[in-house]
Amino acid sequence: MNIIVAGLSHKSASIEIRERLCFSSHNLTTPLQEIVNFPAIYEAIILSTCNRVEIVCTAADREKVIREIKIFLADFHKLSLDEITPHLYFYTGQDAIRHVFRVASSLDSMIVGEPQILGQLKDAYRSAVANKTTGSILNRFLHKAFSVAKRVRTETDIASSAVSISFAAVELARKIFDNLEDKKILLIGAGEMAELVTRHLVSHMVKELFITNRTFENALLLAQEFGGRVLKFEELFDNFAQMDIIISSTDAQDIIITYEKIAKALHARKNKPMFLIDIAVPRNIDPRVNDLPNVYLYNIDDLDGIVEKNRQVREKEAKQAEEIIEGEQMRFYGWLQQQEVTPTIITLKEKFESIRLKEIEKTFSHWEGLREEDKENINALTHAIINKILHDPINFLKAKGEKNRFPIEEIKKIFNLSDEEDA
Amino acid sequence: MQITHLLYFKQIDLYLFYLTLTIYCIGTINFLIYLIKPRPFFSLLAFYITIIGFVFHSIIFIFRYFTYACFPVIDLHQSLFFFAWCFVGVFIIFNIKHKIPVLGSFVTPLAIVLLISSATLFTQKPVQIPPPLRSIWLPIHTTLAFLGEAFLGLAFCGGVMYLIQENQIKNKKWSQFLHRLPSLQTLDDLNYLCLSLGFPFLTLGIITGSIWAEYAWGSYWNWDPKETWSLVTWLIYAALLHGRLTIGWRGRRAAYFSIIGFAVVLFTFLGVNLLLPGLHSYDSFTSP
Repeated sequence: MNIIVAGLSHKSASIEIRERLCFSSHNLTTPLQEIVNFPAIYEAIILSTCNRVEIVCTAADREKVIREIKIFLADFHKLSLDEITPHLYFYTGQDAIRHVFRVASSLDSMIVGEPQILGQLKDAYRSAVANKTTGSILNRFLHKAFSVAKRVRTETDIASSAVSISFAAVELARKIFDNLEDKKILLIGAGEMAELVTRHLVSHMVKELFITNRTFENALLLAQEFGGRVLKFEELFDNFAQMDIIISSTDAQDIIITYEKIAKALHARKNKPMFLIDIAVPRNIDPRVNDLPNVYLYNIDDLDGIVEKNRQVREKEAKQAEEIIEGEQMRFYGWLQQQEVTPTIITLKEKFESIRLKEIEKTFSHWEGLREEDKENINALTHAIINKILHDPINFLKAKGEKNRFPIEEIKKIFNLSDEEDA
Repeated sequence: MQITHLLYFKQIDLYLFYLTLTIYCIGTINFLIYLIKPRPFFSLLAFYITIIGFVFHSIIFIFRYFTYACFPVIDLHQSLFFFAWCFVGVFIIFNIKHKIPVLGSFVTPLAIVLLISSATLFTQKPVQIPPPLRSIWLPIHTTLAFLGEAFLGLAFCGGVMYLIQENQIKNKKWSQFLHRLPSLQTLDDLNYLCLSLGFPFLTLGIITGSIWAEYAWGSYWNWDPKETWSLVTWLIYAALLHGRLTIGWRGRRAAYFSIIGFAVVLFTFLGVNLLLPGLHSYDSFTSP
């Protein structure tokens, strides 16, 4: 029994190829059913995201599976084999286990440490379970992958810091205010980045959102989208002192939020902290306000700098994560091999026993005048011989440790023990 | 006969003291590991070890109570020892209630410094209990004052953490410490909470001390250096509390005040006793 991963990702294929080979994650029933109908594939899971398409399966024969998966992908997506083959990668055994653990832990992601992939893998697994295309091996394998991902997340800093500007802004807000639930946030202007930051803040429980724009209609549109209240641009400074977080992103050529305005607001709010995010270029907020106590001003470059630094941290942490994965991979591979030991021992014993019985029957039918007592003695003798012969090989198989991993296949070959699945 | 007994007890006392110090050191090492590798395991381990250290700390205190047959804060070593006990005790209760384990990474090193400096002040000569100290006011005054100062010590640790964290956020010098330390809001709340608990205790400590002074020396206030510096401490914290409540002194300013205030607390405690002669300096009791 072997675990095999076949697929393509942002590392092996361009977006044009990936989008042609991806599966709808809402309806995986058809492809899942189709793939387990191939004779060499026992269990299968399909993971399809915008960055990767992967098929995780269990099978006995590696070469057959690779051929079948290629055919499946080509047929399903109506492409030729030559078109897809150069973009595909295949992993077997330890490599396959390592690969899935790395994917689950977000080490193989485009942005290392981004947490989304684990959820997508869980969804993919759930679909496969619902379609009954997983068995005991993949069930255990995937659960292990989830727990490895959890270990990596708690034992390394790989996911602890934000690697996008909007997440960095939210993270900062939480390091200033702790709880964002009762905070008031003001969005001045519009723009992709400002909206992204606002969206993340709103999803982090910020309840009171005010939006203002020189063009009233634009503010209205955004307010509808985020569920905020609109302020007239002229009334911007009326309730200014109430605002805890201010995001500014207008196309004004000048500073609109001056040092004096912030100083006045700060006095009115008794020095309660203010978090100002200036996304506009040229800047909207006087950079000197950062010198005021309890005022924290970040512009787009500051946020960029943080993201860059966090990225470096993640890369460093990734090394530690690889070590965790390597250890878990070896342990799981050991378990997988162990799964084959018991059946192998049983088939080995059965084979010897059947040979013995056959030979005894033959002998007894020729040998006349044999007493019951002698027959019993011969039976016991042959039985003892077989037990003695098998004693060492069985102990060898049962022994725990690295050295008995490899020979299972060899022993099967030597004694010509076939898997029952092939029968 | 009595003196040999006392020396024998002192020997046990010394062994227990070093045992306690060792346990605290192990706890501190774990707290520092937690600062570098923030796994909940280390903080829990460190916290439990600190609690074990605290149990031994308490045992010594009880042991001394019976050895000297009086509340054992009669020399500078014992006072520092008792202050460290209050400090760790307050931290343990605080952490159970508010769950800021990273505070331990700052509190336990300070507790160790207090204990080690108390170790340098071990007196080998048998302690004579001076008459002014034989009073019910001894435990009341010292406990109140030290509890207050223990809370102010927590505010000091919180203040140091606030300054580190604020420097990172304000000057955009992000390091991994940003994730280790709590948010500015949490640290500022901690400062306020410790201040609002520490200040009343400190006030009561000064009031009871002055009542005791009336009993012992016949006057409420003698302007000896200890009293003067206690007043300075009290004024600093009164100013901070007032500023906080009325004009929004918070954040960095509150952190600076807490740090300076606690430095004055330590000076009042150690500096006055070691440098300036007066009624409170313990040696003046024993040498008539």
